[in-house]
Amino acid sequence: MSRVAPTVSRMPSVLSTARRLALSHEGVLLIILMVSLLVLATQTDRFLTTDNLLNQCRLMAEVGLVALPMTYIIITGGIDLSVGSILGLCAIVLGVAWKNYGLPLEFAIVLCLVTGAAAGAVNGYFITRVGVPPLIMTLATLALYRGFAEGVSQSRSVRGYPEWFYQFGQGELFGIPTQLWFLIAALLISAFVLSRTVFGRALYAIGHNETGARFSGLAVDRYKMLIYTFSGFMAGLASFVFVSRVSTTRSDMGTGLELDVIAAVVLGGTSIFGGTGTIIGTALGVVLIQLLKNGLALTGVKGDATIMVIGVVLICSILITNFARSRQATEKPGD
Amino acid sequence: MNTAASTAVSPAQQRGVLKRILRLFASQEAVLLLALVALFVIVGSINSRFIAERNLYSIFLGNAYIAVAAIGMSMVIISGNIDISVGSLIGVLATISGSMAVAGYPLVLCWLVPVLAGVLISSFTGYIVAYLKIPSIVVSLGMLSILKGGLIAVTSGEWITDLPEGYALAQLKPLGVPLPIIFMIVLTILAALWMRFSNTGRAIYAVGGNAEAARLSGISKQRTIMKVFAIHGGFIGIAAVLFATQLSVIQSTVPPNLELTIITASVVGGVSILGGTGTVVGSTLAAILLAAIGSSLIFVSVSPYWLRSVQGVLILLTVLADLYRRKRQRKQGSG
Repeated sequence: MSRVAPTVSRMPSVLSTARRLALSHEGVLLIILMVSLLVLATQTDRFLTTDNLLNQCRLMAEVGLVALPMTYIIITGGIDLSVGSILGLCAIVLGVAWKNYGLPLEFAIVLCLVTGAAAGAVNGYFITRVGVPPLIMTLATLALYRGFAEGVSQSRSVRGYPEWFYQFGQGELFGIPTQLWFLIAALLISAFVLSRTVFGRALYAIGHNETGARFSGLAVDRYKMLIYTFSGFMAGLASFVFVSRVSTTRSDMGTGLELDVIAAVVLGGTSIFGGTGTIIGTALGVVLIQLLKNGLALTGVKGDATIMVIGVVLICSILITNFARSRQATEKPGD
Repeated sequence: MNTAASTAVSPAQQRGVLKRILRLFASQEAVLLLALVALFVIVGSINSRFIAERNLYSIFLGNAYIAVAAIGMSMVIISGNIDISVGSLIGVLATISGSMAVAGYPLVLCWLVPVLAGVLISSFTGYIVAYLKIPSIVVSLGMLSILKGGLIAVTSGEWITDLPEGYALAQLKPLGVPLPIIFMIVLTILAALWMRFSNTGRAIYAVGGNAEAARLSGISKQRTIMKVFAIHGGFIGIAAVLFATQLSVIQSTVPPNLELTIITASVVGGVSILGGTGTVVGSTLAAILLAAIGSSLIFVSVSPYWLRSVQGVLILLTVLADLYRRKRQRKQGSG
């Protein structure tokens, strides 16, 4: 009797695990992703080709790079609206330092990354030391950094970069777009740090209960400072890839990027209230948005109209998850 | 005894009056008014063309619709929510209004339908926020994509021209005062009185300030938020009609950064992003101040490309002042 019981109970447990996975936000996303892949592939034969898919990876690299730190920030219950403006500012710093001040391009790239990190650190400083709410702080710097970019450049563009520079945004390494290597590396590191290190687990603790985390002796302010700086740095990296991809620098680069990034992160299941979320979810969110945009564009939907689907998918996926969770909660009140 | 009492009271009373005057001057509205006057005096003395009638007209007239939209936005933020889809919604409603006018509908309908549509669409947003309990920043982010994408899908961003005679509501001047200015002033006063004295108005502050306390005193959070979004939609509708009728063409796309300009006006006007505090008078003054600063840059020969940095600094200063004020209040409260 007691020997039979485990085998009997294992069957439902496998099933329920499968069900839990399918009902988890990542599961729902994966299913939506598969369905949309199938539907889009039947609509047009130009969609499911290696060339097209690799090219889409190029296009989603910038959003992907910035979405990783954004996941951290939203997990802690914060938000960073200034990433698009930081990207614009970094692009201008890169262009102006190289063209107008005649610095070597390698140095200009470093300067661009440092500017990004510094811009993020300013956000972090005011949020942690002065106590400005993240939403409002980054709203202010959204205007401020874009203003710097426009003011410094006087809205003039910079072009004519040397050939080797385009390698990062347009070239390939082992048959795969260069920036995809950046993205994959950043993704793996971010996922590892979030799920396997004290730092990563602390972010969840901060998001769940910041006061509690503080009383448990976590260096809340230092962690927050770090993630906002990281966010700025990644925006700088994205700007460098972006400039290399489109071969020109303009001060309006990255306008509205913050909305794409936040949409991808939230779509990926990170709660805007903080405390939950995964890097895998974010990755799925980024991929899903890019595929839907591309697939719709190929089936003949005009330009920016494809963003409509982002809105629908964003709201629907959250509704579905909410619904699934509340059902689970009612089914198992003891849990 | 009697005389002693009266002499004892009068210095205290005097101090009370003095304190009240001081407090009045320390309020955000007074600061904004002083800043506005100072700006006109200083820039006007540098370049007298700044205070020429024509320029003042263009400052007030061209931005009245932002002030009107900021009234609704202030209510939304005071209730503890946010709406980042306003810019897109104004674009959609203005296009509806213009298309109806070109199609030959009665003019009154062209002015009223956008307002009703605004109430409907915004109520839908409000419904999802209030009853399905999804954070307003996520819902309005989704709505932003849907509205913006939908607008481009339908119109391809073409200009609406050949508007019929008499459609230009914003160019009317009853009693010599342009209609947008009348709208701005009357709506601000009405909204301010309503927020101060009506039950629903007080409920908005209560829900934003302390949702639990509001619930315990019998205020329905859901219904209040629903109402706030519906009213907000009405203000957006009016703003959209003013926007659509101020020029003789309508570009059927979303005006760039409009939502940020409107949110900035609310925040600089003293509406706390944390909810619970602020007035619509402040947001209207702030909308005018922001417009005046933008205009003044040209007159003191500063490149208008720096405008966004100035906006960013203003948001930051407002928030820092607010934090300082709260800290002092807390000290006084405990001491």
